[in-house]
Amino acid sequence: MRLSGSIIRPSSQTSLHTTSAPTATADGPLERVEGAHVTKGHGQPVVTDAPAVGTKTPILEVRGLGVDFFVDGEWLPAAIDMDYDVRPGEVLAIVGESGSGKTQSSMSLLGLLPQNGRAKGSAKLAGRELVGLSHKQLSSVRGKEVAVIFQEPMTALNPVYTVGFQIVETLRTHFDIGPKAARARAVELLRLVDLPQPEKSVDKYPHQLSGGQRQRAMIAQALACDPKLLIADEPTTALDVTVQAEILKLMRDLRTRIDSGIVLITHDMGVVADLADRVIVMRHGRIVEAGSADEIFNRPQHPYTKQLLDAVPHLGATVGDSAVDAGLGTGPATSGTTAVPVSRPVVAAQEPGAVPALEAKGLVIEYPGRGRVPAFRAVDGIDLTIGRGEVVGLVGESGSGKTTVGRAAVGLLPVAGGSMKIGGHEMSGIGSKELRDIRRDVSIVFQDPGSSLNPRLPIGESIGEPLKLRKLANGAELNKRIEDLLDQVHLERGMRNRYPHELSGGQRQRVGIARALALSPKLLIADEPTSALDVSVQARVLDLFQELQREHGFACLFISHDLAVVEILSSRIAVMHKGTIAEQGPRDQILRAPKDDYTRRLLAAVPVPDPAEQKIRREARDRLLEQELARQGVTSTYAGGA
Amino acid sequence: MTTSTPLSPQGGEHHDAVETNENALELKEVEGLSQGRIVLRRFLRHRGAMAGAVVLAIVVVLATTSIGWGPIPGWWKYTPTQLLPVENAGGSPTLSFGDGITIGNHPMGQDNVGHDVFARVMRGTQQSLLVMVVIGLLATTIGIVIGALAGFLRGRLDNLLMRFTDMVITIPTIMIGAILGAWVGGASPITLAIALSLVTWTSMARLVRGEFLSLREREFVDAARVAGASNGRIMFKHMLPNAVGVIIVNTTLLMASAILLETALSYLGFGIVAPDVSLGQLINEYQTAFATRPWLFWWPGLFIVIIALCVNFIGDGLRDAFDPRQRRIPTRRSMARAARREAASTAVRVDVRG
Repeated sequence: MRLSGSIIRPSSQTSLHTTSAPTATADGPLERVEGAHVTKGHGQPVVTDAPAVGTKTPILEVRGLGVDFFVDGEWLPAAIDMDYDVRPGEVLAIVGESGSGKTQSSMSLLGLLPQNGRAKGSAKLAGRELVGLSHKQLSSVRGKEVAVIFQEPMTALNPVYTVGFQIVETLRTHFDIGPKAARARAVELLRLVDLPQPEKSVDKYPHQLSGGQRQRAMIAQALACDPKLLIADEPTTALDVTVQAEILKLMRDLRTRIDSGIVLITHDMGVVADLADRVIVMRHGRIVEAGSADEIFNRPQHPYTKQLLDAVPHLGATVGDSAVDAGLGTGPATSGTTAVPVSRPVVAAQEPGAVPALEAKGLVIEYPGRGRVPAFRAVDGIDLTIGRGEVVGLVGESGSGKTTVGRAAVGLLPVAGGSMKIGGHEMSGIGSKELRDIRRDVSIVFQDPGSSLNPRLPIGESIGEPLKLRKLANGAELNKRIEDLLDQVHLERGMRNRYPHELSGGQRQRVGIARALALSPKLLIADEPTSALDVSVQARVLDLFQELQREHGFACLFISHDLAVVEILSSRIAVMHKGTIAEQGPRDQILRAPKDDYTRRLLAAVPVPDPAEQKIRREARDRLLEQELARQGVTSTYAGGA
Repeated sequence: MTTSTPLSPQGGEHHDAVETNENALELKEVEGLSQGRIVLRRFLRHRGAMAGAVVLAIVVVLATTSIGWGPIPGWWKYTPTQLLPVENAGGSPTLSFGDGITIGNHPMGQDNVGHDVFARVMRGTQQSLLVMVVIGLLATTIGIVIGALAGFLRGRLDNLLMRFTDMVITIPTIMIGAILGAWVGGASPITLAIALSLVTWTSMARLVRGEFLSLREREFVDAARVAGASNGRIMFKHMLPNAVGVIIVNTTLLMASAILLETALSYLGFGIVAPDVSLGQLINEYQTAFATRPWLFWWPGLFIVIIALCVNFIGDGLRDAFDPRQRRIPTRRSMARAARREAASTAVRVDVRG
């Protein structure tokens, strides 16, 4: 009992802490104790790597499942000959890159394929065949026996209905239940997923909830009919890392309380390590490897699995594993640091008299108000310096203002207060002529390569545009420069006449980098350049980035929400939180001995792709949150009221 | 699954497979084609639009070659203004389907003074098409410039231009057209077309503005700005080609409505006036003969309907071709056929192996 208690308790505190809702826990403990009893009754340990689940009869048996799409007069396979089982209380993770067929094969279980898709083979849910069911038969299965948690809670919840209405609707479709009873059940469900003040939240619209709360509401809706099988399609991909940690905790908590099988579709190995009992690795529509989480992570057999695991940036890989244990460690430095080529000593920044590439003092950036809407202060008085040739990582959650800083540095947003100097030139109140000159020395790589390249221009023209507009090159010389740039980012010269839609995501981002380098800038702003890419593609783009940085020696502000990526590249790290810089300093210090509470929380929330290590980190994170909560309990009368 | 050529040697060998396969399925449809080629291919597949384009081409060729264009003579024996002896009783058409098709001297009949209706309808078609094309081009240009400026620069200029647009919209087009038509009345069809263009650009301006408002939030606009592009270049080199789908579609629909507008004005007597003819003017002239000589009314009417329908069909086809989200949903039959073929081929393979 002590074991289950220790796992379950922090979750209520998490919700208490982050959502500041004291009433949420009022009935919570009772429910949880019950849940623990139920799972105990099944003789099932509460810990993640539970071998006992393997002995139950599977609720989902998939045999020879295939999904085809009709394209251009022929059937192209998206998933081929899949076999797997899901048992009650078990989490099966399906891992693969985009286009590997992981989502489509799972959606085919519910008959949710596009019109030009078809499923074949067999998938039995508790003995009942799902493939080939009629539309009507399927709707009785959907929601009731198989429920789905979608990736993007904002689009999956209907914005014109309250959260409660949507749960009640699900309930009343499948059960003969009165409106009052359904509402009571909806409140109960919202409490189950730790939504703060469930009695009030039930009448809220999706836009009135935060991203994490919306995802909780969606999980509540999915759980409404006690489904036998829960399909979670990238449930945390759209969320910030700290919110992701909370949702993962909720899901881990839930699987001990409800007795359904969970199919987790994800590309994030950290999430898999945190949650999964068994793992399926998919590639090109086929299962290349299947096994327990322990086997996949520690003894991968297939080369693709190994490649996939190698590609995942691992927080703490550079500064030494033991050091970054949830930001609590104080262990001595390991030799890992010297192995990384980018961590060159930053000489120029310290040299007296040298002009830093970027120097911000009390920088304030506002989005102007419109009509009665007041101006929004996105960045509120930050100090940041980037020396020549230095790579500084800027991390933070979405909405922390990190992208705003990057856009202001290239003059896409005006500086509202304080000062920002780019190569010694003041950006505050700059005229358009001077801005044009400054943009010769500063460039930006955008987050989404699909959106940042003009779809109607061949990529060669996109790359050459800065040169052409500055009249630096023309005709044959311009052609040569474009070819040089393509060589530098390892793209074939023949690709210059292609259009962006013909390239893959990784190739497009290479084009974005080539364009940013066209003028040989002294400062490069990289705004989450890899967040839209698959892990293995991300790994190669990061390699390329490091190589180019070594060659050209430009200074770089590397903006990312992913601490593991920033760790690989930067020599210094600044952590942004709500428009201010919470902490900045050398990489090793930030990762190993963070001083600020927020930095510590952020570090602790990052899941690492190793089940054993992740378990340690998880427990450390729970301790951290407990400590913080205890500290708050002393100072805050609010928490005392609970 | 060959979506792209392999990367250069430095790119690494095992990288290629992953990267090219990343979105192989989605790319299968657009492999190696530029955006323009894809649009063309989708347009050519659109049956309604292709039928419309063919019929319209036939009408244009017939109208221009039969009675000639300007000084160039045509192959038809009569001109629209020639007065001829009335052949059949009351001038009814000589076209008949009795035994085989007989065309005769006046396939569409004659009016009471002896004009050949075929020649007049051809002349009317020429004039109406001319008005249609001029309105299409001019109104589109005005609409694009006003919409682009309003959408890109926003702020006060946007307000000013959009209120002006609203003002033009609130006044009934047919009324302005009538006033302008009366001003320049009796003048050439080109003048009429220019006058009408000045009141029909509004929907184009609003659409382009809307498109520009969403395009300017796209990152490639910021990227162009960082690259040092001027506002004019961003507007016309970067944003306009991305709005071209909306523009072309709206232009065709505008042309279809322009031909009806010209017809209506001419019918009311404000457009092209005698002795010159347009399709609307012909209907106007012959409206009193509707009961006694219906052919005078039906033939020009038929051509108006044909032209308007064709242009609308082409517009529909273009809209579908430019909208990448619109996937052609294959028919059940073609899907089943492919499945049978696949089954047959695997069976053969098994046989060979066995």
